[in-house]
Amino acid sequence: MKRYLFRRLLLLVPVVWGVSTLVFLFLYLIPGDPVEIMLGETAQAADKTLLRQELGLDRPVHLRYLEFLGGLVRGDLGSSFYFKQKVLRTILERYPATLELALAAMVVAIIIAVPLGIISAIRQYSLIDNTSMFLALIGVSMPNFWLGPLLILIFSIQLNLLPVSGREGVASLILPAITLGTALAAILSRMTRASMLEVLRDEYITTARAKGLKEKVVILRHALRNALIPIITVIGLQSGALLSGAIITETIFSWPGIGRLLIQAIETRDYPLVQGCVLVISFSYVVVNLLTDILYAYVDPRIRYEQGLA
Amino acid sequence: MKNRFAIIGLVVVIIFALTAIFAPILAPYDPNQQELREGFGSPRQGHLLGQDRLGRDILSRIIFGSRVSVLVGISTVSISLLLGLTIGSLAGYYGGAIDELFMRVIDILLAFPGILLAIFMTAILGPSLRNVILALCVLGWVGYARIVRGQFLSVREREYTLSVKALGASDLRVILRHIIPNILSPVIVEATFGMAAVILAEASLSFLGLGTQGMPSWGAMLSEGAEFLEVAPHLSTFPGCAIILIVLGFNFLGDGLRDWLDPKKVVVSRLS
Repeated sequence: MKRYLFRRLLLLVPVVWGVSTLVFLFLYLIPGDPVEIMLGETAQAADKTLLRQELGLDRPVHLRYLEFLGGLVRGDLGSSFYFKQKVLRTILERYPATLELALAAMVVAIIIAVPLGIISAIRQYSLIDNTSMFLALIGVSMPNFWLGPLLILIFSIQLNLLPVSGREGVASLILPAITLGTALAAILSRMTRASMLEVLRDEYITTARAKGLKEKVVILRHALRNALIPIITVIGLQSGALLSGAIITETIFSWPGIGRLLIQAIETRDYPLVQGCVLVISFSYVVVNLLTDILYAYVDPRIRYEQGLA
Repeated sequence: MKNRFAIIGLVVVIIFALTAIFAPILAPYDPNQQELREGFGSPRQGHLLGQDRLGRDILSRIIFGSRVSVLVGISTVSISLLLGLTIGSLAGYYGGAIDELFMRVIDILLAFPGILLAIFMTAILGPSLRNVILALCVLGWVGYARIVRGQFLSVREREYTLSVKALGASDLRVILRHIIPNILSPVIVEATFGMAAVILAEASLSFLGLGTQGMPSWGAMLSEGAEFLEVAPHLSTFPGCAIILIVLGFNFLGDGLRDWLDPKKVVVSRLS
């Protein structure tokens, strides 16, 4: 396991370096003069010069690139000129809100999807199976920027049960979490069903039943445990969708997380902050993927062997 | 059951394509024609889906909005497909350093979750039809390349490939005439799901104000409607329905095609 962990961590280095380089290079694609775009054409020449110096645009590219990488290692992502403070600090202030939203969405998805997937698998082709799988297809196809406003309309405006936006208490978390979690719930329920169906055909399930175990024990202890591996993978892989989905969900509900920060930074043309948000979101995704792989290798020892030997 | 869904999907997709092509004939109004005094008009005879803030006919805007979705969908999927086929073939056929290089590039691109990279690119390049397509293609080819590469790895050492090679066929001939025709099925299925994903991504970008400018697009309509949810919920409801319908259509079609084109899948469902 130690060797596997080490190998996985080592593989992270080129990815993190590549992502950082790509993000750095992208700022070159800005058409025209970035300083003029950020400050507007009517800005004072002195301000422009100051900003140019601050962004280091007056120095050669390779130097700036090295400084950028050096800053990254030290955790320095530059300064946001809209918020007038360090980019990393601005992001870290917003980070907990996004984490909270993503976790809540994941919980919503698991609570809905796993039981539904299990029931659908046990009662294959029944009414409940067909209905839930049809709903799952709609869930995958429904954009969260449609579901969000719809939920606001029903639960906040018509029924006046939940707050429209903001982050104050658990009540304000419910609608954003459902909005963000629905697509994941849809994918997860299909995956749980497929995975359970496959496991239920295995011989050890027949053995367990033949031993006279209760059906509940057979399903939960024998089948579900083995069906869990692909389910965990899907949760891990989809955490990326949660992170990018959070950008839209946070915008709809004015949720003060990093996704909304990114959109605000884009609107105010605060490029250092845009860069910082993109980097932090990507790095978070890379870390979640790593954790998923480790969990996966922990649950299924065969993976450690295959990849450790390769 | 599955087949019926696939046919529904196909019908939806065809209707969607026809709507985009014949938009000027089908739309009852000019999508940009304003009737300021009738702003926020509710659905009624004459304006079946109502009017937006500026009194523009929502039905006509949805009909014309399909053009953006079709345009972005078809161009992004075709360009991504072509890139993915080329890169996946090269990596899978030659292996070695080329393969290693492309796989590392893919690792880096996949570290950007979902549409983050597209948001970042359109934010930097500026919102326009061309930039949206460009931004979606940057990540779009990866899925196809991975599938094609995987298929190549399994087909590369098969007898028929080896025998054609032994007969002295050039690499290009082996790839284009003998391997690619044999591995197209999963690529076609992926492209069908890809259309759904791209249309959804385009709508997301438009919703965030990073999409096409100047043309009516479903995502932008939804975004505008979300501001007036309380006074005029029909502003965002109908474009949302349009998006769901077409994405559902492509997903149904993709599911059906997968069952139809993948013999292994069929065996499993026959057993169950």
